[in-house]
Amino acid sequence: MNWFWYASPQTFYPLAGRVAPWFGFAAALLAAAGLYVGFFVAPTDAQQGEVYRVIFIHVPAAWLSMFIYLVMAGWAALGLAFNTRLSGMMASALAPTGALFTFIALWTGSLWGRPTWGTYWVWDARLTSELVLLFLYLGFIALQAAIDDPRRADRAGALLAIVGVVNIPIIHYSVVWWNTLHQGASVSVTKGASMQSQMLTAMLLMALAFWMYSIAVSLVRVRCIIRERGEA
Amino acid sequence: MLDAALCVVRRDLLLAWRRKSDVATALLFFVIVASLFPLGIGAEPNLLRGIAPGVIWVAALLSSMLSLARLFAADHADGTLEQMLLGASPLGVIAAAKTIAHWIISGLPLVLIAPLIAVQYDLPAALYPVLALSLVLGTPVLSLIGAIGAALTLGLRGGGILLSLLVLPLYVPVLILGAGSVEMASAGMGGEGQLLLLAALLVAACAFAPWAIAAALRISME
Repeated sequence: MNWFWYASPQTFYPLAGRVAPWFGFAAALLAAAGLYVGFFVAPTDAQQGEVYRVIFIHVPAAWLSMFIYLVMAGWAALGLAFNTRLSGMMASALAPTGALFTFIALWTGSLWGRPTWGTYWVWDARLTSELVLLFLYLGFIALQAAIDDPRRADRAGALLAIVGVVNIPIIHYSVVWWNTLHQGASVSVTKGASMQSQMLTAMLLMALAFWMYSIAVSLVRVRCIIRERGEA
Repeated sequence: MLDAALCVVRRDLLLAWRRKSDVATALLFFVIVASLFPLGIGAEPNLLRGIAPGVIWVAALLSSMLSLARLFAADHADGTLEQMLLGASPLGVIAAAKTIAHWIISGLPLVLIAPLIAVQYDLPAALYPVLALSLVLGTPVLSLIGAIGAALTLGLRGGGILLSLLVLPLYVPVLILGAGSVEMASAGMGGEGQLLLLAALLVAACAFAPWAIAAALRISME
């Protein structure tokens, strides 16, 4: 199968239209399963009580917010390297979803912080890096919105996304050294999960649901972008 | 290649010298912003001593950003930039030279005047060298990162506001390490760690930023 066949907006447009509903369907099923396990099956937390259940939204949203930025920068780099039109469109289609998940992670985090830490917001390392990530997304969107020529908008946005992705580890570690209160990660690749297995199942189901949702909406959005530019 | 770089630096400095008011405005902005904080939050000496490093660094950040919008604008308007793109010397070298000139015009005066602000905030004299050193290491990074943003927003509507939206999030590490070095030194723990990290940032920015600036200029000038 020749994957480059789909690198052209004309051929990608119908493909995106065909697969997007399936990803949306998968997202709805996974979210229903994840919310059911999270709210009815998973046990109450011994220390935090019921309030911990926001984790099933909060952690997957935070994962996706970072993952989408990486994917966006990846598309941007592809676009700069191979000069393909579709790559820039994919990067612009992903940015609003990434910004949305960053915002959700911050919002649910502050709602979780109020009962457990006693405050909506602290200048902690993770919160600050996530806030900066939101600013990076908004800067990307604002830059593309300010440029009328779509080709220039794609390439300028691509360069900004790549500069941002280089900066993210630097920003992250600078704020980690600066200040820290947020608990460590509950799930890590090397040490395994330090939580109950039903909680982990619900969290992974929700993460998959968010992932499928991101694919579905960015495919729909890229179709709109292709239409706007009159390429299909 | 070096001749071209030297020529660009000399030319930009001469242009700035002929229009001294531009340089003075950014410097005045720095002093005024720094003077506003005690008026806003009260003149309690202990409080001022505590916030001095942060305030000086934030003011330096904003003032260095103000002059960024002008970095390529004049050359873009009169076509000089196009000639530089077409010329034989690599665009990265010219971008680096323009950034160096920008630092000498906007960063160096801040380093020199910062002790004056430190006096206003009653910062202990022993901290002046740390403050100056952190600014010497940090402000060139601001110029290098900012130049990428300036090149990307060249000739756009609302370029100045957009520039701040793009560049300020990227300035966060410099701000944290710069202000942090002075705070650590004032707590008696020595700011060497932060200063070394700032130096590392400077080296990394010197190595990579000129390429990014050149790429951004090519994108904007197409």
